[in-house]
Amino acid sequence: MLENYEQLNDAQIDVLKEIGNIGAGNAATALSLLLNEKVSISLPKVRLTDFDTAISALGGTEAMTVGVLVNFSGEANGIIMFLLDMEDAKSITNILVQEDGHEDELNELKLSAIQEIGNILGSSYINSISALTGLSIGISIPYTAIDMAGALMSVPIIEFGAVGDKVMFIEENFSSDTHSLISHIVMFAEIDTLKTMMERLGI
Amino acid sequence: MSELLTVGISDYKTGRAPLVIVTYALGSCIGICLYDQVAKIGGLSHIMLPDSKMFTQSDINRMKFADTAIPDMLNVLCSMGADRRRITAKIAGGAQMFKVQEDSPLGMIGTRNTRSVKAVLSELRIPIVNEDTGADYGRTLYFDLQTGNVRVQSLNKTVVQL
Repeated sequence: MLENYEQLNDAQIDVLKEIGNIGAGNAATALSLLLNEKVSISLPKVRLTDFDTAISALGGTEAMTVGVLVNFSGEANGIIMFLLDMEDAKSITNILVQEDGHEDELNELKLSAIQEIGNILGSSYINSISALTGLSIGISIPYTAIDMAGALMSVPIIEFGAVGDKVMFIEENFSSDTHSLISHIVMFAEIDTLKTMMERLGI
Repeated sequence: MSELLTVGISDYKTGRAPLVIVTYALGSCIGICLYDQVAKIGGLSHIMLPDSKMFTQSDINRMKFADTAIPDMLNVLCSMGADRRRITAKIAGGAQMFKVQEDSPLGMIGTRNTRSVKAVLSELRIPIVNEDTGADYGRTLYFDLQTGNVRVQSLNKTVVQL
Protein backbone atom coordinates (compact mmCIF):
# COMPACT_ATOMS: atom_id res chain seq x y z
CA MET A 1 0.00 0.00 0.00
CA LEU A 2 1.55 3.25 -1.16
CA GLU A 3 1.66 5.81 1.66
CA ASN A 4 4.44 8.20 0.69
CA TYR A 5 7.07 8.94 -1.92
CA GLU A 6 9.76 6.97 -0.10
CA GLN A 7 7.85 3.78 -0.86
CA LEU A 8 7.89 4.19 -4.64
CA ASN A 9 9.71 1.31 -6.34
CA ASP A 10 12.11 1.70 -9.26
CA ALA A 11 9.46 1.02 -11.90
CA GLN A 12 7.17 3.63 -10.37
CA ILE A 13 9.97 6.19 -10.18
CA ASP A 14 10.73 5.48 -13.85
CA VAL A 15 7.12 6.34 -14.67
CA LEU A 16 7.46 9.67 -12.88
CA LYS A 17 10.72 10.30 -14.76
CA GLU A 18 8.96 9.54 -18.01
CA ILE A 19 6.21 12.00 -17.11
CA GLY A 20 9.01 14.49 -16.44
CA ASN A 21 10.59 13.74 -19.84
CA ILE A 22 7.37 14.14 -21.76
CA GLY A 23 6.38 17.22 -19.78
CA ALA A 24 9.76 18.84 -20.38
CA GLY A 25 9.55 17.99 -24.10
CA ASN A 26 6.14 19.65 -24.33
CA ALA A 27 7.46 22.60 -22.37
CA ALA A 28 10.45 23.04 -24.70
CA THR A 29 8.13 23.08 -27.72
CA ALA A 30 5.88 25.65 -26.09
CA LEU A 31 8.86 27.79 -25.05
CA SER A 32 10.23 27.65 -28.61
CA LEU A 33 6.98 29.15 -29.88
CA LEU A 34 6.92 31.78 -27.16
CA LEU A 35 10.55 32.83 -27.56
CA ASN A 36 10.51 32.37 -31.30
CA GLU A 37 13.75 30.37 -31.27
CA LYS A 38 14.54 26.69 -31.04
CA VAL A 39 14.68 25.52 -27.42
CA SER A 40 16.15 22.16 -26.57
CA ILE A 41 16.26 20.38 -23.23
CA SER A 42 18.67 18.12 -21.49
CA LEU A 43 17.37 14.85 -20.09
CA PRO A 44 15.58 15.95 -16.91
CA LYS A 45 17.03 14.76 -13.63
CA VAL A 46 14.40 13.48 -11.22
CA ARG A 47 15.54 13.55 -7.62
CA LEU A 48 14.01 12.29 -4.41
CA THR A 49 15.80 13.87 -1.44
CA ASP A 50 15.24 15.07 2.10
CA PHE A 51 13.92 18.59 2.55
CA ASP A 52 17.16 20.41 3.35
CA THR A 53 19.03 18.79 0.43
CA ALA A 54 16.27 19.85 -1.96
CA ILE A 55 16.58 23.47 -0.88
CA SER A 56 20.39 23.45 -1.14
CA ALA A 57 20.06 22.06 -4.68
CA LEU A 58 18.15 25.20 -5.58
CA GLY A 59 21.16 27.38 -4.90
CA GLY A 60 20.88 27.94 -1.18
CA THR A 61 18.09 28.61 1.28
CA GLU A 62 18.27 32.39 1.13
CA ALA A 63 18.88 32.80 -2.62
CA MET A 64 16.42 35.17 -4.24
CA THR A 65 14.21 33.02 -6.43
CA VAL A 66 11.12 33.38 -8.58
CA GLY A 67 8.44 30.78 -7.95
CA VAL A 68 5.30 30.09 -9.95
CA LEU A 69 2.69 27.85 -8.38
CA VAL A 70 -0.14 26.05 -10.15
CA ASN A 71 -2.74 23.83 -8.48
CA PHE A 72 -4.22 20.91 -10.39
CA SER A 73 -7.46 19.18 -9.58
CA GLY A 74 -10.07 16.84 -10.99
CA GLU A 75 -9.24 13.16 -11.33
CA ALA A 76 -5.72 14.01 -10.18
CA ASN A 77 -4.90 16.51 -7.40
CA GLY A 78 -1.75 18.28 -6.38
CA ILE A 79 0.51 21.25 -7.03
CA ILE A 80 3.31 22.09 -9.41
CA MET A 81 5.84 24.74 -8.55
CA PHE A 82 8.36 26.03 -11.01
CA LEU A 83 11.47 27.82 -9.67
CA LEU A 84 13.94 29.99 -11.49
CA ASP A 85 16.88 31.84 -10.01
CA MET A 86 16.72 35.60 -10.25
CA GLU A 87 19.40 35.96 -12.96
CA ASP A 88 17.77 33.40 -15.25
CA ALA A 89 14.40 35.01 -14.65
CA LYS A 90 15.79 38.39 -15.71
CA SER A 91 17.51 37.07 -18.82
CA ILE A 92 14.46 35.17 -20.05
CA THR A 93 12.14 38.11 -19.49
CA ASN A 94 14.53 40.40 -21.34
CA ILE A 95 13.92 38.25 -24.43
CA LEU A 96 10.17 38.30 -23.98
CA VAL A 97 9.72 41.89 -22.98
CA GLN A 98 11.85 44.24 -25.01
CA GLU A 99 11.90 47.72 -23.63
CA ASP A 100 14.43 50.45 -23.02
CA GLY A 101 16.29 50.71 -19.75
CA HIS A 102 15.41 49.12 -16.39
CA GLU A 103 16.74 45.81 -17.65
CA ASP A 104 17.70 44.77 -14.17
CA GLU A 105 14.29 45.06 -12.68
CA LEU A 106 11.43 42.64 -12.77
CA ASN A 107 8.49 44.94 -13.37
CA GLU A 108 4.88 43.87 -13.60
CA LEU A 109 5.08 43.14 -17.31
CA LYS A 110 8.11 40.91 -16.85
CA LEU A 111 6.49 39.18 -13.90
CA SER A 112 3.45 38.37 -15.98
CA ALA A 113 5.78 36.94 -18.62
CA ILE A 114 7.32 34.68 -15.96
CA GLN A 115 3.85 33.75 -14.80
CA GLU A 116 3.00 32.75 -18.35
CA ILE A 117 6.12 30.58 -18.57
CA GLY A 118 5.12 28.91 -15.32
CA ASN A 119 1.68 28.39 -16.73
CA ILE A 120 3.12 26.79 -19.88
CA LEU A 121 5.43 24.50 -17.91
CA GLY A 122 2.64 23.53 -15.51
CA SER A 123 0.25 22.74 -18.37
CA SER A 124 2.96 20.78 -20.17
CA TYR A 125 3.41 18.48 -17.20
CA ILE A 126 -0.29 18.09 -16.55
CA ASN A 127 -0.91 17.31 -20.20
CA SER A 128 1.73 14.61 -20.08
CA ILE A 129 0.03 13.02 -17.06
CA SER A 130 -3.33 13.26 -18.78
CA ALA A 131 -2.01 11.77 -22.00
CA LEU A 132 -0.33 8.84 -20.24
CA THR A 133 -3.11 7.99 -17.80
CA GLY A 134 -6.28 9.26 -19.49
CA LEU A 135 -7.19 11.15 -16.31
CA SER A 136 -9.07 14.41 -16.73
CA ILE A 137 -7.22 17.18 -14.91
CA GLY A 138 -7.77 20.93 -14.68
CA ILE A 139 -5.24 23.56 -13.61
CA SER A 140 -5.60 26.83 -11.68
CA ILE A 141 -4.32 30.21 -12.74
CA PRO A 142 -0.59 30.61 -11.96
CA TYR A 143 0.48 32.39 -8.75
CA THR A 144 3.87 34.11 -8.62
CA ALA A 145 6.13 35.06 -5.71
CA ILE A 146 9.70 36.30 -5.40
CA ASP A 147 11.43 35.34 -2.17
CA MET A 148 14.10 33.16 -0.58
CA ALA A 149 14.26 29.69 -2.17
CA GLY A 150 13.66 28.03 1.20
CA ALA A 151 10.56 30.05 1.94
CA LEU A 152 9.02 29.30 -1.48
CA MET A 153 9.93 25.63 -1.16
CA SER A 154 8.16 25.47 2.19
CA VAL A 155 4.88 25.35 0.27
CA PRO A 156 5.43 22.05 -1.60
CA ILE A 157 7.60 20.70 1.21
CA ILE A 158 4.70 21.00 3.64
CA GLU A 159 2.57 18.99 1.20
CA PHE A 160 5.23 16.28 0.95
CA GLY A 161 5.84 16.50 4.70
CA ALA A 162 2.23 15.63 5.41
CA VAL A 163 2.86 12.19 3.90
CA GLY A 164 6.58 11.51 4.36
CA ASP A 165 10.08 12.89 4.79
CA LYS A 166 11.20 13.21 1.17
CA VAL A 167 10.48 15.65 -1.62
CA MET A 168 10.60 14.90 -5.33
CA PHE A 169 11.77 17.46 -7.85
CA ILE A 170 12.88 17.65 -11.45
CA GLU A 171 15.85 19.62 -12.68
CA GLU A 172 16.04 20.50 -16.33
CA ASN A 173 18.28 22.52 -18.52
CA PHE A 174 16.64 24.49 -21.30
CA SER A 175 18.92 25.97 -23.94
CA SER A 176 18.58 27.90 -27.16
CA ASP A 177 21.29 29.33 -29.44
CA THR A 178 21.60 32.39 -27.28
CA HIS A 179 20.45 31.40 -23.82
CA SER A 180 20.43 28.61 -21.35
CA LEU A 181 18.61 28.30 -18.11
CA ILE A 182 18.13 25.76 -15.39
CA SER A 183 14.68 25.37 -13.97
CA HIS A 184 13.49 23.27 -11.09
CA ILE A 185 10.05 21.82 -11.02
CA VAL A 186 8.54 20.43 -7.86
CA MET A 187 5.50 18.35 -8.53
CA PHE A 188 3.43 17.07 -5.66
CA ALA A 189 0.63 14.66 -6.48
CA GLU A 190 -1.57 13.58 -3.60
CA ILE A 191 -1.02 9.97 -2.60
CA ASP A 192 -4.46 8.92 -3.88
CA THR A 193 -3.58 10.52 -7.20
CA LEU A 194 -0.23 8.74 -7.26
CA LYS A 195 -2.00 5.43 -6.65
CA THR A 196 -4.55 6.12 -9.39
CA MET A 197 -1.79 7.02 -11.83
CA MET A 198 0.13 3.84 -11.10
CA GLU A 199 -3.04 1.74 -11.36
CA ARG A 200 -3.96 3.27 -14.70
CA LEU A 201 -0.52 2.46 -15.99
CA GLY A 202 -0.62 -1.05 -14.54
CA ILE A 203 2.49 -0.54 -12.39
CA MET B 1 30.93 36.44 16.48
CA SER B 2 29.38 33.73 18.60
CA GLU B 3 29.15 30.15 17.50
CA LEU B 4 26.25 29.56 15.08
CA LEU B 5 24.08 26.45 15.22
CA THR B 6 21.74 25.79 12.28
CA VAL B 7 18.27 24.29 12.57
CA GLY B 8 16.87 22.57 9.45
CA ILE B 9 13.24 21.92 8.56
CA SER B 10 11.47 19.61 11.03
CA ASP B 11 14.30 19.98 13.48
CA TYR B 12 15.11 21.70 16.75
CA LYS B 13 18.34 22.65 18.49
CA THR B 14 19.01 23.73 22.04
CA GLY B 15 21.99 25.31 23.80
CA ARG B 16 23.24 27.94 26.20
CA ALA B 17 24.84 31.40 25.96
CA PRO B 18 26.84 32.60 24.06
CA LEU B 19 25.46 30.40 21.30
CA VAL B 20 23.37 31.82 18.42
CA ILE B 21 20.82 29.46 16.86
CA VAL B 22 19.70 30.20 13.30
CA THR B 23 17.01 28.85 11.01
CA TYR B 24 16.89 30.02 7.39
CA ALA B 25 14.03 31.02 5.13
CA LEU B 26 10.91 30.15 7.07
CA GLY B 27 7.93 30.35 4.72
CA SER B 28 4.69 28.87 5.97
CA CYS B 29 6.66 26.95 8.61
CA ILE B 30 7.10 28.46 12.09
CA GLY B 31 10.17 29.08 14.21
CA ILE B 32 9.55 28.82 17.96
CA CYS B 33 12.21 30.27 20.28
CA LEU B 34 11.94 29.17 23.93
CA TYR B 35 14.18 30.92 26.43
CA ASP B 36 15.06 30.99 30.13
CA GLN B 37 16.42 34.53 30.67
CA VAL B 38 18.17 33.68 33.95
CA ALA B 39 19.85 30.40 33.03
CA LYS B 40 20.42 31.73 29.46
CA ILE B 41 19.32 28.40 28.04
CA GLY B 42 17.19 28.29 24.92
CA GLY B 43 16.02 26.31 21.93
CA LEU B 44 14.74 26.95 18.43
CA SER B 45 12.23 24.63 16.78
CA HIS B 46 11.31 24.75 13.06
CA ILE B 47 7.94 23.03 12.65
CA MET B 48 6.14 22.51 9.34
CA LEU B 49 2.74 21.07 10.30
CA PRO B 50 0.21 21.88 13.04
CA ASP B 51 -0.83 18.52 14.35
CA SER B 52 0.61 15.00 14.59
CA LYS B 53 -2.71 13.49 15.58
CA MET B 54 -3.88 13.23 11.98
CA PHE B 55 -1.22 10.55 11.48
CA THR B 56 -1.68 6.97 12.49
CA GLN B 57 1.84 5.66 11.83
CA SER B 58 3.87 5.24 14.98
CA ASP B 59 7.21 6.25 13.49
CA ILE B 60 6.43 9.93 12.89
CA ASN B 61 9.17 12.54 13.09
CA ARG B 62 8.07 14.36 16.26
CA MET B 63 10.17 17.43 15.35
CA LYS B 64 7.89 18.07 12.36
CA PHE B 65 4.71 18.93 14.27
CA ALA B 66 3.83 21.82 16.62
CA ASP B 67 2.05 19.57 19.13
CA THR B 68 5.01 17.19 19.55
CA ALA B 69 8.10 19.35 18.84
CA ILE B 70 7.32 22.09 21.39
CA PRO B 71 6.76 19.85 24.46
CA ASP B 72 9.76 17.70 23.46
CA MET B 73 12.04 20.73 23.18
CA LEU B 74 10.70 22.10 26.47
CA ASN B 75 11.65 18.83 28.18
CA VAL B 76 15.16 19.04 26.76
CA LEU B 77 15.54 22.62 28.03
CA CYS B 78 14.37 21.61 31.51
CA SER B 79 16.76 18.65 31.57
CA MET B 80 19.56 21.12 30.74
CA GLY B 81 18.73 23.15 33.84
CA ALA B 82 16.19 25.68 32.56
CA ASP B 83 13.38 26.56 34.97
CA ARG B 84 10.07 25.77 33.34
CA ARG B 85 8.33 28.69 35.12
CA ARG B 86 10.76 31.20 33.61
CA ILE B 87 10.49 30.02 30.03
CA THR B 88 9.03 32.48 27.51
CA ALA B 89 8.42 32.17 23.77
CA LYS B 90 8.98 34.25 20.65
CA ILE B 91 7.54 32.99 17.39
CA ALA B 92 7.91 33.95 13.71
CA GLY B 93 6.88 32.61 10.29
CA GLY B 94 3.54 31.21 9.18
CA ALA B 95 3.46 33.27 5.98
CA GLN B 96 1.21 32.70 3.01
CA MET B 97 3.81 32.68 0.25
CA PHE B 98 1.42 32.65 -2.72
CA LYS B 99 -1.83 34.52 -3.05
CA VAL B 100 -3.86 31.37 -3.62
CA GLN B 101 -7.50 31.44 -2.59
CA GLU B 102 -7.76 32.04 1.14
CA ASP B 103 -10.09 29.12 1.66
CA SER B 104 -7.93 26.52 -0.11
CA PRO B 105 -6.10 24.10 2.20
CA LEU B 106 -2.82 25.37 0.74
CA GLY B 107 -3.60 29.01 1.51
CA MET B 108 -4.42 28.26 5.11
CA ILE B 109 -1.37 26.29 6.19
CA GLY B 110 0.62 29.26 7.54
CA THR B 111 -2.38 30.43 9.57
CA ARG B 112 -3.11 26.90 10.79
CA ASN B 113 0.50 26.50 11.89
CA THR B 114 0.40 29.82 13.77
CA ARG B 115 -2.88 28.95 15.46
CA SER B 116 -1.63 25.52 16.50
CA VAL B 117 1.68 26.86 17.88
CA LYS B 118 -0.23 29.39 19.99
CA ALA B 119 -2.63 26.74 21.28
CA VAL B 120 0.24 24.40 22.23
CA LEU B 121 2.13 27.21 24.02
CA SER B 122 -1.01 28.30 25.85
CA GLU B 123 -1.68 24.74 26.99
CA LEU B 124 1.90 24.54 28.29
CA ARG B 125 1.38 27.95 29.97
CA ILE B 126 4.34 29.48 28.16
CA PRO B 127 3.76 33.19 27.49
CA ILE B 128 4.45 34.53 23.98
CA VAL B 129 6.40 37.73 24.62
CA ASN B 130 6.77 38.74 20.96
CA GLU B 131 5.86 37.49 17.49
CA ASP B 132 6.23 38.24 13.80
CA THR B 133 3.81 35.96 11.97
CA GLY B 134 1.66 35.93 8.85
CA ALA B 135 2.06 38.22 5.80
CA ASP B 136 3.49 36.89 2.53
CA TYR B 137 7.28 36.77 2.81
CA GLY B 138 10.05 34.47 4.04
CA ARG B 139 11.96 35.03 7.30
CA THR B 140 15.38 33.98 8.61
CA LEU B 141 15.71 33.91 12.44
CA TYR B 142 18.84 34.46 14.53
CA PHE B 143 18.19 33.59 18.17
CA ASP B 144 20.89 34.97 20.49
CA LEU B 145 21.07 32.95 23.70
CA GLN B 146 23.11 35.68 25.44
CA THR B 147 20.26 38.20 25.29
CA GLY B 148 17.20 36.22 24.20
CA ASN B 149 16.84 38.59 21.23
CA VAL B 150 15.55 37.22 17.96
CA ARG B 151 16.60 38.98 14.75
CA VAL B 152 14.20 38.45 11.84
CA GLN B 153 15.63 39.04 8.34
CA SER B 154 13.67 39.09 5.10
CA LEU B 155 14.56 40.01 1.53
CA ASN B 156 14.23 43.74 0.82
CA LYS B 157 12.79 44.44 4.26
CA THR B 158 14.02 46.15 7.40
CA VAL B 159 15.37 43.80 10.06
CA VAL B 160 12.86 43.16 12.85
CA GLN B 161 14.02 42.61 16.44
CA LEU B 162 11.86 40.44 18.65
